[in-house]
Amino acid sequence: MNTEPIIQLVDVKKRFGQQQVLKGINLSIFGGKTTVIVGESGKGKSLVLKHILGLMKPDSGQVLVFNKDINKIKKKELKEIRSYFGVLFQNSALFDSMSVFDNVALPLRERTKKSEEEIKAIVNEKLKLMDLEGSNEKYPAQVSGGMKKRVGLARALVLNPKIVFFDEPTTGLDVAKSNEIYRVFFRTQAKLGYTSVIVSHDVPKIFKLADYVALLHDGVVQDCLPPEDFQTSDNPHIKEFVEKTMGLIYESEEVEG
Amino acid sequence: MFLLKWFEKMGEHGLYYMNQAGRMGIFLFNVVLSVFRPPYYKIFNITKQIYVIGALSIFVIVFTGAFTGMVLGLQGYTTLRKFGSEGMLGSVVALSLIRELGPVLAALMVTGRAGSAICAEIGIMRNSEQIDALECMAIDPHKYIVAPKFIATIIAMPLLTAIFNVVGIFGGYLVGVKLLGLNEGAYFVNMYKNVEFDDIYMMFVKSLCFGLLIVWICAAKGYLVHFERKGGFGAEGVSRVTTYAVVLTSVSILVFDYLITSFLI
Repeated sequence: MNTEPIIQLVDVKKRFGQQQVLKGINLSIFGGKTTVIVGESGKGKSLVLKHILGLMKPDSGQVLVFNKDINKIKKKELKEIRSYFGVLFQNSALFDSMSVFDNVALPLRERTKKSEEEIKAIVNEKLKLMDLEGSNEKYPAQVSGGMKKRVGLARALVLNPKIVFFDEPTTGLDVAKSNEIYRVFFRTQAKLGYTSVIVSHDVPKIFKLADYVALLHDGVVQDCLPPEDFQTSDNPHIKEFVEKTMGLIYESEEVEG
Repeated sequence: MFLLKWFEKMGEHGLYYMNQAGRMGIFLFNVVLSVFRPPYYKIFNITKQIYVIGALSIFVIVFTGAFTGMVLGLQGYTTLRKFGSEGMLGSVVALSLIRELGPVLAALMVTGRAGSAICAEIGIMRNSEQIDALECMAIDPHKYIVAPKFIATIIAMPLLTAIFNVVGIFGGYLVGVKLLGLNEGAYFVNMYKNVEFDDIYMMFVKSLCFGLLIVWICAAKGYLVHFERKGGFGAEGVSRVTTYAVVLTSVSILVFDYLITSFLI
């Protein structure tokens, strides 16, 4: 078992104008595990993800990926690190002037030397995995929100990445569709063994997937714990969060108790 | 107090514009670097851009070229007749087109047609996180999005300018010779005698520089839309930045026209 964290955030701070959004994030993400970042809306969850991806620079602090500070290394090294990433953006960020097929094929076309036939085979396989057969020639604007997410997922997984980032993979989907996404996710992770970082609102369902849950509150990561420990944590913020999101169960227990 | 505020505001403006200029400079540097860096191009990406930026501009270039030539013929004829030297019409039309009007007007038309499109397209890609997505896939957006447009514009601009000039000269011929009855031989012989290679060279240099200006400013403005001071967000941000890019490009074309002329003359 891999015990070295592959991603580490050390005292990351970020301020926008007067607003100090991140007040010193410390977080370790372990290889092969699923870490879920939860927290209220607008508290900077996606921002943490953007720092890990190197899309934003922290005001102070370090972001270490594979033990390298991604804000200090050369562009070439950053590119190499990013080639291990697969990212599903919050709004999917599909290339809207390309068809679904071309969207998924793009990383293969630009980053590998595979022939067009091989690419076609891989893309069709991934699209089939996501239940997207028959939408190859459609454009992102012509498919539903849930389908867009699945196309984004297919695109994120097409190069068999080592680390996958999901920014709210199921927000805005109905229960059946989000269960389907989780199932796909589970299946592919078992098969490919990637590390994943998920930002999600979907508590408590997401706990089933998680190896670790981290709560972001007040600009700091309160704690990063396995889901069982998370639910029974003594940290007042975590307690409050758990009670808020899983309220009913606890209320009834209080009544029973 | 008031004065202090005023200075503060001026300083803020100054810093903002310095920052923007710096970012645009770095952007150009990155693009030029990426043009020469592997992975090498799929030829289709470039030909497609040449088609969009160059070939689709031909109609408007021919149209404006024809009318510019025609009005030059008309104005030149009436002016030259006062001095009794209508015979010089051919060289007047040709020289003013080749040295000045051709490159400038063609560049202005391309700015309006293709520059605005480049800016809006890249701006929308920035605002919908598509550029971030490319970066996360370890695909260099400078290389993938901007470089083909950059190469295409620089190839297309001199060609479009040449078409503009040829059509313009023919427009002058139509008005001067066919409409106003000037001698056909005089029109072309004078042109042949007075147009030198230096004039063509000047046209070539100008059109290359204008092509560079167009693709640089328009692409950079779109690419850096999220740094805009008044908020480069959403559809309105893109519309504002596109307007600004077209205005800035047009002004710079005229300024650089003077500078290049003063160097080459």
